[in-house]
Amino acid sequence: MTSELDIFVGNTTLIDEDVYRLWLDGYSVSDAVSLRVRSGILEQTGATAAVLQSDTMDHYRTFHMLERLLHAPPKLLHQLIFQIPPSRQALLIERYYAFDEAFVREVLGKKLSKGTKKDLDDISTKTGITLKSCRRQFDNFKRVFKVVEEMRGSLVDNIQQHFLLSDRLARDYAAIVFFASNRFETGKKKLQYLSFGDFAFCAELMIQNWTLGAVDSQVDDMDVDLDKEFLQDLKELKMLVADKDLLDLHKSLVCTALRGKLGVFSEMEANFKNLSRGLVNVAAKLTHNKDVRDLFVDLVEKFVEPCRSDHWPLNDVRLFLNQYSASVHSLDGFRHQALWDRYMGTLRGCLLRLYHD
Amino acid sequence: MPGKLKVKIVAGRHLPVMDRASDLTDAFVEVKFGNTTFKTDVYLKSLNPQWNSEWFKFEVDDEDLQDEPLQITVLDHDTYSANDAIGKVYIDIDPLLYSEAATVISGWFPIYDTIHGIRGEINVVVKVDLFNDLNRFRQSSCGVKFFCTTSIPKCYRAVIIHGFVEELVVNEDPEYQWIDRIRTPRASNEARQRLISLMSGELQRKIGLKVLEMRGNAVVGYLQCFDLEGESGLVVRAIGTACTLDKLSSPAAFLPACNSPSKEMKEIPFNEDPNPNTHSSGPSTPLKNQTYSFSPSKSYSRQSSSSDTDLSLTPKTGMGSGSAGKEGGPFKALLRQQTQSALEQRGGSPHRFCRRREFPFFTLTAFPPGFLVHVGGVVSARSVKLLDRIHNPAFVGIMGNTRSYKLLDWNSFNSDEPETRDAWWAEIRQEIKSHAKALGCHAVVGYSESTSICEEVCILSASGTAAVLNPRFLQDGTVEGCLEQRLEENLPVGCGFCHIPYDELNMPFPAHLTYCCNCRKQKVPDVLFTTIDLPTDAAVIGKGCLIQARLCRLKKKAQAEANATAISNLLPFMEYEVHTQLMNKLKLKGMNALFGLRIQITVGENMLMGLASATGVYLAALPTPGGIQIAGKTPNDGSYEQHISHMQKKINDTIAKNKELYEINPPEVSEEIIGSPIPEPRQRSRLLRSQSESSDEVTELDLSHGKKDAFVLEIDDTDAMEDVHSLLTDVPPPSGFYSCNTEIMPGINNWTSEIQMFTSVRVIRLSSLNLTNQALNKNFNDLCENLLKSLYFKLRSMIPCCLCHVNFTVSLPEDELIQVTVTAVAITFDKNQALQTTKTHVEKSLQRASTDNEELLQFPLELCSDSLPSHPFPPAKAVTVEKASPMGEGNFRNRSAPPCASSTVGVVKMTPLSFIPGAKITKYLGIINMFFIRETTSLREEGGVSGFLHAFIAEVFAMVRAHVAALGGNAVVSYIMKQCVFMENPNKNQAQCLINVSGDAVVFVRESELEVVSTQQPTANCQPSCPGGEVTT
Repeated sequence: MTSELDIFVGNTTLIDEDVYRLWLDGYSVSDAVSLRVRSGILEQTGATAAVLQSDTMDHYRTFHMLERLLHAPPKLLHQLIFQIPPSRQALLIERYYAFDEAFVREVLGKKLSKGTKKDLDDISTKTGITLKSCRRQFDNFKRVFKVVEEMRGSLVDNIQQHFLLSDRLARDYAAIVFFASNRFETGKKKLQYLSFGDFAFCAELMIQNWTLGAVDSQVDDMDVDLDKEFLQDLKELKMLVADKDLLDLHKSLVCTALRGKLGVFSEMEANFKNLSRGLVNVAAKLTHNKDVRDLFVDLVEKFVEPCRSDHWPLNDVRLFLNQYSASVHSLDGFRHQALWDRYMGTLRGCLLRLYHD
Repeated sequence: MPGKLKVKIVAGRHLPVMDRASDLTDAFVEVKFGNTTFKTDVYLKSLNPQWNSEWFKFEVDDEDLQDEPLQITVLDHDTYSANDAIGKVYIDIDPLLYSEAATVISGWFPIYDTIHGIRGEINVVVKVDLFNDLNRFRQSSCGVKFFCTTSIPKCYRAVIIHGFVEELVVNEDPEYQWIDRIRTPRASNEARQRLISLMSGELQRKIGLKVLEMRGNAVVGYLQCFDLEGESGLVVRAIGTACTLDKLSSPAAFLPACNSPSKEMKEIPFNEDPNPNTHSSGPSTPLKNQTYSFSPSKSYSRQSSSSDTDLSLTPKTGMGSGSAGKEGGPFKALLRQQTQSALEQRGGSPHRFCRRREFPFFTLTAFPPGFLVHVGGVVSARSVKLLDRIHNPAFVGIMGNTRSYKLLDWNSFNSDEPETRDAWWAEIRQEIKSHAKALGCHAVVGYSESTSICEEVCILSASGTAAVLNPRFLQDGTVEGCLEQRLEENLPVGCGFCHIPYDELNMPFPAHLTYCCNCRKQKVPDVLFTTIDLPTDAAVIGKGCLIQARLCRLKKKAQAEANATAISNLLPFMEYEVHTQLMNKLKLKGMNALFGLRIQITVGENMLMGLASATGVYLAALPTPGGIQIAGKTPNDGSYEQHISHMQKKINDTIAKNKELYEINPPEVSEEIIGSPIPEPRQRSRLLRSQSESSDEVTELDLSHGKKDAFVLEIDDTDAMEDVHSLLTDVPPPSGFYSCNTEIMPGINNWTSEIQMFTSVRVIRLSSLNLTNQALNKNFNDLCENLLKSLYFKLRSMIPCCLCHVNFTVSLPEDELIQVTVTAVAITFDKNQALQTTKTHVEKSLQRASTDNEELLQFPLELCSDSLPSHPFPPAKAVTVEKASPMGEGNFRNRSAPPCASSTVGVVKMTPLSFIPGAKITKYLGIINMFFIRETTSLREEGGVSGFLHAFIAEVFAMVRAHVAALGGNAVVSYIMKQCVFMENPNKNQAQCLINVSGDAVVFVRESELEVVSTQQPTANCQPSCPGGEVTT
């Protein structure tokens, strides 16, 4: 006796969250069944393995049919074939677009192209995430990227509107899109200690302050492309380190203000010029695409690592960066206060986030 | 009454890409009604076209309005080649033809293609203007309301229940026309869909005419089926109960009705015959129910028994034990004769049409209190017929007397054909009627008909419950009626229907009678089988449960007559075994009555399948069932004895366990009071069946077990051992689950609002090696049991819940394939309350029954049209939608609002029940009756057979919901999937499926919302309700 056909169709589409997770994680039906067996569900419900097999198959089939709709979530809302309560629709979408930290760290900043797709095998082996799940996550990134790439308006809003994601997830996707289009390097060894959250945080600050959208909300791609003019202007900051008087004055202002407040004052005093040079040079280099990509590498090399080797506590870093940015306003010879604020405001936020073990 | 049909095509969305080059579509729409076609402009390069067309107007006869569906075709314009069809929408405009239902059909309809499935949606608005033209000869029956619901619809009051209406129409099947060889599968499927739609319309119109003739205004319990007879054609047939219904439009009108609607009823079930109690002697007998206990007919029978010996009821020997048949025969003949005279009287009565009195059948399964006086038992009849082939024009029907002809010339056919089928059914109905008479009953309730076809053999089946209806319903509220009513009130509540309607001394079959355990005045049988729902006032102890008997019998492959003969020879044995199984299982559950019994016999190439489903209960009025005793044939063998006693113990344990599980703890009855010994209740059959081979030969099969005093199972061979084992293999549902195949579960009355309707289909392939009856039985049994287990597992998050209206259908699509289709609804209930009620249940069962009754009959408050939008929260729609959404699993109401709460698709509930728990139905919008075909030539690509059928059923649900929403409704009640014919050819990568569904589109309002509204608007009841459009978008 073999089952040729075995289906269950509810007027309200049944969604089993556990099975959905297994499906999203890319397990085959038989793997999913054995995982469910291990979860002790048979003992809880008194069901047989055959029942579990049939149930899993059924859910997988449903998910497979829903997948087409999940590629364009508004369709899921307006379609008539599956009657799904709104809260469940939201859950389906949110889970479908959710991604693994380990996976996103591998592809963050990489070009979302066929070439990268080929690397998924390696990523799968490295992270232990099934290839199927890697593909789904990669395709999600790519799909979102394609849709919002050349769109007008806020990146987060666009993502939310076209993919109906929660605010949190939409922000994450904005970061992914931003990183992918600017191709920031995130894979270097010295950046391995950083989490996706760290990068996403930086991305959000950069989108808010450094993109075209920060000045003009009526351009295409406003949140994706960095403001080229702004990057050009950043060269002007170079005088802060090139002009020796200005550098000395800046140092004395910072030291005066922080004397007695910093546990690592002497280290700071000794390193000030190096640190300041590092930060300003990063800004000045941003005109070249290559250097934009290395932004995070540079920040870690030029600022995070020196401070860390001197064991600066985070609070000292904060005090220093605050004072370092603010003191520039007292430099009479320096005219690019607004530019400095736009640069340093964001960078300060980023550095504080990047500064951890 | 001609009318003007107006159609507007608004927009499309989610259309498929038809032009690969541009990834877009140039769509336009053809709107066709009858022979008139209109077209919209082509909307270039869009997957979401906005046609916003003018109103297309069709001026048509109302006859056409009833018959024809509105056909909307979406096409892709192509300059150089033929336009490609995207898909179609058929809209049945019948709901617009009667005033109380929908006024407009407006909404998004899935665009359906028989090859590709749903391909986008189209927004359509349809209206009808009817002109009064009463002088015309009426061919149409506009205005007659149709309900699938098998009880009086919730917001109506029955003024008169007229009785049985039936009709059938026949046509050739387009699939078997010569042209089918040259046209595409799509064209063939569409021709079939259109034809069935047309035939359904015509059938409904004809039934409507009959109803008008009877001066009724509605058909309740309307059941339409089609028989795919293959080459010999396509039959669409329908039965129903004609009624005159009154809409309850104000609380003043319906409040009294809800307490005792019976008082206002003037029922005429089949005639105004003043003496429906056919067993009472002669016309002078007063109309008292009390006459049952005396037996005037005894002497009467002696007078006339000899005169009727040659009546057609002569039993055929050799089936079952036969003994009862011999005894019962003459008595039955007598009863029939009496009835005939009664019928003659009726026929002569003035002002009435004879025709509708022909069969006193009612398709209803639930009745107003007091309507049902006594229930006799199940009556059923089957008949094996041979369908003719085209090249055999003067073929004589197999069984001698039934001749059916098929004309060679298709063009001139249709005059003879329906009559042949009509004659077949008339024959069966006649048998049913005579069985009912034999049980001393003048009516059959819970009546239904079905067929099973395999190649050219067709089994026609009919079954129902013989019953005596209250005489006061037969008259128009005269003084006598009132008197009767007063007398009636002296009768105890909750057991009256169990009292035997037949004469104790002239029982149609040997039965063991005792005094009613409830009132101690009247006699009751020890077991009662019925096809109806449990009467609301019935006193029940404990809870009920689903009981199924499953059986397979191998049959040799044969052709034509030989095949039909083989089948008819097998049928009685199958019936007997199915019945025995039911009885055993009932006893094993410690229960004494079956409701909603449905026995389905399916014929296949090389086997017959029998599946009986029913809901077992313990009726307080009936005696406690005895246990099951096992006896071995070889008493000398010690180990064998041991084995037997071991089995006996197992059975006793099971009975005890079941009694506990279903909370069956009847009060102890002292025997002296009863005055009749009950410790050894004998198993008796209430099932009277026959299997006819010709109209003149009726067979009685005695299903009782001869003269045995106790219910003994003899284990004399391995077969019997298997049977006992199979009895014990049925596992009860997991804790928290109950199941029944009736509307509601006896013993549970505190439903909460979460419901989940579902359809589950399984097909198994039998390995041809081990095809023995036992292996077959085991496979079939496992199939059903596993299916149930899967359902319990899938719905586990709804616990505590009950599967209601569990409806199994078996078909044998191919040699080694068994297909089982289940449709049911899971309803949650409140466990705490349930415990409370069951604790006090025994003492208060009577009282509770009567309160139940009130609860059930409380009619919904009417709402003003603006009551729904006046929801306190601004995003009323979203809130309502969420509230109304049944959660498949878990409870998500507490979840935070999702970002996509702006869903525009309204929730449409579907349920096979006639009600929605926790809600009131405020309006019936019309009948939904849809037929779809889906075919694929890329089966593997669509996920194999499971993927294909899963998608198709989901699409069918979607189309039903869309039609309901477009009518302004938010639910389908009495939903039924009448047919699901699945055929596959995996080698060719092809599959085809036909599905026929029906139900009643309704508007319901949650009781919680009702309360809010009624406190806000105490005078909300003055307007007729029409919250239409509430969920349409």
